[in-house]
Amino acid sequence: MSYFKFPELTALVWKVWLRNRDVFMKTYRVNFLPPLIEPLLYLFALGFGLGTYIETMDGIPYPRFIAPALISISIMNSAFFECTFGSYVRMYYQKTFNAIIATPVSIEEVITGELLWGATKSLINATIMLPVLAAFKLIELPHALLIIPFAFIAGFLFASIGMCFTAISPNISTLNYPTFLFITPMFLFSGTFFPLKLLPEPLQYLALTALPLTHVVSITRALTLAKTSNLLIFNLTWILTISLILFILSVNLMKKRLIT
Amino acid sequence: MIVAKGLNKSFDGFVAVDEISFNVKEGEIFGFLGPNGAGKTTTMNMIQCISPKTSGTLEVMGMDVNTHQREIKKFLGVVPQENNLDPDLTVYENLLAYSRYFNIPREIAEKRIDELLNFVQLTGKRDTLIEPLSGGMKRRLVLIRALINKPKILILDEPTVGLDPQARHLIWEKIKSLRSRGVTIVLTTHYLEEAARLCDRLVIMDYGKILAEGSPSEIVREYIGTDIVETENDPSVIACLKRHAARFETLEDTVQIYTENPQEITYQLLKECPSRPITARQASLEDVFLKLTGKKLRE
Ligand SMILES: Nc1ncnc2c1ncn2[C@@H]1O[C@H](COP(=O)(O)OP(=O)(O)O)[C@@H](O)[C@H]1O
Ligand SMILES: [Mg+2]
Repeated sequence: MSYFKFPELTALVWKVWLRNRDVFMKTYRVNFLPPLIEPLLYLFALGFGLGTYIETMDGIPYPRFIAPALISISIMNSAFFECTFGSYVRMYYQKTFNAIIATPVSIEEVITGELLWGATKSLINATIMLPVLAAFKLIELPHALLIIPFAFIAGFLFASIGMCFTAISPNISTLNYPTFLFITPMFLFSGTFFPLKLLPEPLQYLALTALPLTHVVSITRALTLAKTSNLLIFNLTWILTISLILFILSVNLMKKRLIT
Repeated sequence: MIVAKGLNKSFDGFVAVDEISFNVKEGEIFGFLGPNGAGKTTTMNMIQCISPKTSGTLEVMGMDVNTHQREIKKFLGVVPQENNLDPDLTVYENLLAYSRYFNIPREIAEKRIDELLNFVQLTGKRDTLIEPLSGGMKRRLVLIRALINKPKILILDEPTVGLDPQARHLIWEKIKSLRSRGVTIVLTTHYLEEAARLCDRLVIMDYGKILAEGSPSEIVREYIGTDIVETENDPSVIACLKRHAARFETLEDTVQIYTENPQEITYQLLKECPSRPITARQASLEDVFLKLTGKKLRE
């Protein structure tokens, strides 16, 4: 079995997505709170707290500098955690995937549905943050509205990354490794709280090749500041290419794990 | 409906299903009886197209399991050995989510769900989450979940394992009523009573192989005879049995004599080795099962 066989998919993918949406909507009040509160906490601590000492970063008022980073981090976390710990619980503890593949839905469709759901959570959470940030006049409208579709694309990337780890994780606690070895460094070094160019040059290149969040922050920052940069096409191409590769890989890895 | 020829399945060199052949006919209840680890679940997984066969041929409703997975799965209902109900959803939502995987339109699904809940007396639990349900209720729910697509073939992997007698009888009744509606049923079990009561035909499986095949009564007649006479294991008894060319087997301190004519052999034993307790009874599937699979404990 190949790791890069393109999956055959039908519209049944959305029935898997729908299952997750139904569960999410049962507790929507709880689910909608974190994306409302989290950016406020960061803004007060970093933007208004730290921001009294750092007035501008890269010529931009500090709260406006970190606002797109907060959105990007939320995009990353929503999809990544949904498709690691969330998917792992459904796969291993709840046997939800086993139940679904006894129907005409294939394992490829189950995993794709999970990834699309992960991307949807990024979209939901990023969308909820926008009015909060807009209220503090930290983002430019209407440009920043483009973040809504972009959150889905970027979310799909982090969902696929997460699913690859889920597929190879021997148990649920080993999912902590990618969390602190990969997600935490990305949180700090992707041009989030200070510009990439403050890093030594080799590290800048490392960030651009190995830290997907770098590309996401670059695009969201362009959108919230309504300032284009000549890197944007490169950023988007990088995201789309890596998403496609990891999407196919994660589906095949999961198939290998679950179909014996 | 299901035809297997020389079907094999191995996991990294370990042979779980070893060259088995069988033919399930339309409208019957076909059983796979065997101790734990016999390869029953592995066989079911191949039939339901979630585990690829290693070699041999397997066709479900004339379709190859390798090439027509989605078409086959449309016609199947599956009750897996382990309940895998969705704990995030209520009873009703579980069934509704399942109906969507079969692309059943919402209105039809809603009507069908009400009928099915009624069929297994779960209407009162419609809006309950899964966790507080009793074992029997969960099993009944898994059963109707398998019926949501009106399957032509129903696969039941140990349908009553771990249930109390009341719950077990209720499931048995439902299985029989499904057969009378024309559903072909394949079930696995290690309960002999279940196999004897329900199956029109069955195979006895052990270590991945099929050891016997036929209706329960045919199997008993072929391997044991109609009756069993039991007495003490004693050299004089054995000598007597050998003189009369009886078919018998010795277990620690008893001898079991397989016979079509219990009066005759009892008479001979009473005459030649008197003053020993002798009991005679009808042979059952359990006798065949233990004869074929041995009495050693299985993990
Ligand atoms: N995925 C698997 N990987 C390795 N061995 C397996 C796997 N599934 C089943 N087996 C082995 O195959 C044998 C048959 O198992 P199974 O079909 O579950 O038996 P039964 O259902 O009759 O109890 C057992 O020895 C079991 O350990
Ligand atoms: Mg089993």
